[in-house]
Amino acid sequence: MQFSLSSSPHNRVRRDTASVMRAVCYACIPGIMAQVWFFGWGVMIQLMLAIATALITEAGIMKLRRRNAKRILSDYSAVLTALLLAVSIPPLAPWWLIVIGTFFSIAIVKQLYGGLGFNMFNPAMGGYVMLLISFPLAMSMWLPVQSMALYPYNLTDALSVIFTGFSVSGYDITQLRLGIDGVTQATPLDAVRSSLLLGETYSEALQAPIFTSESGLSHGWAWVALAYLVGGLFLLWRKFISWHMPISMLAGVILTSGFLNMIMPDASGGVLFHLFSGAVLFGAFFIVTDPVSGSTTPKGRIIFGALIGFWTVIIRTFGGYPDAVAFAVLLMNIAVPLIDYYTQPRTYGARS
Amino acid sequence: MEAFAKIDILDRVDGAAVVEAIKAGQLHDFPGGVHPPEAKLLSNQAPIASMPVPKTLYIPLKQHAGIQGSLAVAVGDKVKKGQPLTHSSHPFAVPVHASTSGTIIEITAHSSAHASGLPESTIILEPDGAEEWHIMPPFDDYRSVEPVKLIERICDAGISGLGGAGFPTHIKTQHDHDVECLIINGIECEPYISSDDRIMREHAWQIKQGIDILRYLVKPKEIIIAIENNKPEAFEALKTACSSDASITMASVPTKYPAGGEKQLIKALTGHEVPRSGLPMDIGCMMFNVGTCFAIADAIIYGKALVQRVVTLTGEALDMPQNVWALLGTPMSDLLSFAKYQPTKQKRHKVIMGGPMMGFAVANDSVPVVKITNCVLVPAADELPDIDDEKPCIRCGYCTDACPAGLLPQQLYWYSKAKDYPKAEEYALADCIECGACAYVCPSEIPLVQYYRQAKAEIKAQLDEQQKSEKAKLRFEQRQARLEADKKAREEKHRKAAEARKAAMENNGGDAKAKIAAALARAKAKKQQAAKATNSDTSSTDNNESSE
Amino acid sequence: MSLFAFALMVLGLLALLFGAILGYSAVKFKVESDPLVDQIDAILPQTQCGQCGYPGCKPYAEAIANGDEINKCPPGGEATIKKLADLMGVEPKPLDSAHGVEDVKKIAYIREAECIGCTKCIQACPVDAIIGAAKQMHTVIIDECTGCDLCVAPCPVDCIDMVPVQETPANFKWHIGRNSGGTVGNIDIKQVS
Repeated sequence: MQFSLSSSPHNRVRRDTASVMRAVCYACIPGIMAQVWFFGWGVMIQLMLAIATALITEAGIMKLRRRNAKRILSDYSAVLTALLLAVSIPPLAPWWLIVIGTFFSIAIVKQLYGGLGFNMFNPAMGGYVMLLISFPLAMSMWLPVQSMALYPYNLTDALSVIFTGFSVSGYDITQLRLGIDGVTQATPLDAVRSSLLLGETYSEALQAPIFTSESGLSHGWAWVALAYLVGGLFLLWRKFISWHMPISMLAGVILTSGFLNMIMPDASGGVLFHLFSGAVLFGAFFIVTDPVSGSTTPKGRIIFGALIGFWTVIIRTFGGYPDAVAFAVLLMNIAVPLIDYYTQPRTYGARS
Repeated sequence: MEAFAKIDILDRVDGAAVVEAIKAGQLHDFPGGVHPPEAKLLSNQAPIASMPVPKTLYIPLKQHAGIQGSLAVAVGDKVKKGQPLTHSSHPFAVPVHASTSGTIIEITAHSSAHASGLPESTIILEPDGAEEWHIMPPFDDYRSVEPVKLIERICDAGISGLGGAGFPTHIKTQHDHDVECLIINGIECEPYISSDDRIMREHAWQIKQGIDILRYLVKPKEIIIAIENNKPEAFEALKTACSSDASITMASVPTKYPAGGEKQLIKALTGHEVPRSGLPMDIGCMMFNVGTCFAIADAIIYGKALVQRVVTLTGEALDMPQNVWALLGTPMSDLLSFAKYQPTKQKRHKVIMGGPMMGFAVANDSVPVVKITNCVLVPAADELPDIDDEKPCIRCGYCTDACPAGLLPQQLYWYSKAKDYPKAEEYALADCIECGACAYVCPSEIPLVQYYRQAKAEIKAQLDEQQKSEKAKLRFEQRQARLEADKKAREEKHRKAAEARKAAMENNGGDAKAKIAAALARAKAKKQQAAKATNSDTSSTDNNESSE
Repeated sequence: MSLFAFALMVLGLLALLFGAILGYSAVKFKVESDPLVDQIDAILPQTQCGQCGYPGCKPYAEAIANGDEINKCPPGGEATIKKLADLMGVEPKPLDSAHGVEDVKKIAYIREAECIGCTKCIQACPVDAIIGAAKQMHTVIIDECTGCDLCVAPCPVDCIDMVPVQETPANFKWHIGRNSGGTVGNIDIKQVS
């Protein structure tokens, strides 16, 4: 009787790439829910648009490369990229923005480099930075928390704004951005940045209405960040991601912002401000942990994460853009081969 | 332990300190490792059963890591149980023995107990059922015997490491270093396997006897018996057997695969590491498997050669999973029918020799049990998922976290796959112990170990090829030189002969000239005669030509 | 004018001086490198088969050093061509089929019953891998045979075969399934490219 042959090991964990990607998508759910709660249905529509674009783009490219599209699509990596990009752009941004961004992420940043596993830049962040540089105005159209908006919108409004530029009642995006006080709402990062640019001190900047209103916690922004933290802790707990990168990135943010705040307390944000505003918590657990474009050695992961935290605060404080997680990630993506090369672990029995 | 810092972990271990730490419950950790489902309960509940003698035994001439001996028997010979079938004076040769009494019916190439399944020279033995032993004289009081005699006996009894590597045991015991720690390995970290577990539970006393013999031969400062903490019964059995002996330390090691690997266990027990491309001996450690200890006692105290071993028959495709005493050479078919193999429970018929992590699939059901066969695993469909749908590496680094050798498996994978062997070697491919932890955790189902094995085999082949070509070059050059010298010598000889002739001619010139003229005339006459003959008789032409 | 002559003189002297320094250092600090021919020879497989058109590997190495093509060595095949291309700083090119095709490794085998003991193969063997004497049976030393094929043609009774080197468990290259008689299943992994 002949038996079939195979090579050892003959067992494996039942956790494949697709299930890892799916788990990361699920872990985004609390954050997405918080975003919908505070900023309305726009996020959901952006998500649908992004996922549809990503799948169509990926399938099209697989067809061009004569690969089995179904097999590739079922790894959920395109869905995850789309998701990460969709939650990073303003909820009521015009439809073409997310379509262009997702197409760029999948087709250029991911597939032109060889597809999953071969892209040297984080696809979602590549797409995001491309949008930020090309369409700065549209990318800054963030909304106020809906409970405090002058003109709150509903699902039909969201569809209408995204596809036509005007809500059902005829408001355009600039009107939708007005708070109940009739003033355009900025993000906490924008608020601090513009007051610092106007020569105010950091403590004066914190007097802006966004930080002082009764809803507290920067008008929902910090809640969203906390919701992503919950999802991230779930990933850590179930060991889908290793602790190295998120923890070291947060440490990088804390140390750098703490140091800057100490030497120039008036011209830079505090530790908590940096930690809970913008994409830091989201980035630490969902962006920096992208395995493909990150470092793989244990020491390398720590250096990679810490430097992303460092650059994030540095670019936020001295650079031209309010948030900088995406720039910091792309910057460190370039450094990955170098980091990996110099942080090879000590082999058993080798002299270090 | 870290408090003492500054200890060079590649230095010799200090046996006393190690034992003190173990007694205080301080163990170390080795990097990486995984926790696959153990599935040991499947087979470790019943005592080791004896099997009926098979109809035919297939005994490969080489069953250990080393050199094959030469045949000591011929087809048709009657042999007794335990009679050596091969012999050799090479230090790395270990004989094989007749596993039972009977007749040698054939010596031929037969499917090997190796991942390749390629045929290997094998003695085919037909048992006569008499089970008549060929006993070597037992050493009743081995302590009065010279160690060298005992070592010789260990070799003659055909003992090589029964843990899996199959390294000749007598080589290890004939050492000239001081041994700080003699480590008895009862870890058995591979899932499913319970042969060591059962032998420890049932034959702790004989294992103790084997340890005593090793103590006499090796003279270690300390003896440590290491057992994984998922085998409490085995631990108790050996503890009881060694309770009167204060010099033996029992260590219960946390369950983690591959804690039973030689290097990993040394790290876990002592905190020291075996230097790269070094041996445990270099840091004063020596390790034997519990099964090997049992076999050593058999050989020295009872005079029996290694003719059988405990084999775990397990997997959900067997109706009666259990441990058995199997004669070396027993074909798979006998084991499978003894354990009630249900082929219908498998989608693809697959039988693994060894455990799920490091075992290999056997080619067919006539592959025999050999000295390193500790388990025959027959998984039901879906019991063990196949690794057969390779997807791109996403550099998740799970493999790096799982590697017990501190390597970067995904880098090795890139370089092995790209056939960039120098780079793979730079990333210490040679230090990979092929434990399979990386492929086990890989979410992309990449058969990483398979890539490493191919790369290692290719590197070895290239090295062999290079050595061979250097040798060929040398031989070619030596031949050229020899031919050149021959040619010179011949020319010299011709020159000398010509000179001699010339000198002779000058000495009696007239005479020589006359001789030449006479010779020419003779030749002319002969030619004319031949021409005449051709004209007169054409049929003789052929003869003429052929005689020329 | 005198300025012009002066400039010429200075430049000429400088040229002489530097020339002298260069010449001196060329002699004094001569780097004894492995001559190119030896480096090439080290890459060639040393089968001494002559398929390249030269009588042995060393002559071909000399020819390459003098500008001959690097793709004339069938026993070395792609791997050797790649290494030669690296060494010579040229693009690798496919094996020139005029000199033969890359084949599995073979060694010579003399069917001893048919051997008449003519010693012709012994004379042809470039590495002295055949032993025997006149009117005595000859045989091949397997470990020394390079598989060059040169002994096959001279044999008057055609009793020399080139047999492929058998794969054994010891030199198994882990191509699971391929060697095991076909009926046995492959390790069918869908590979990514």
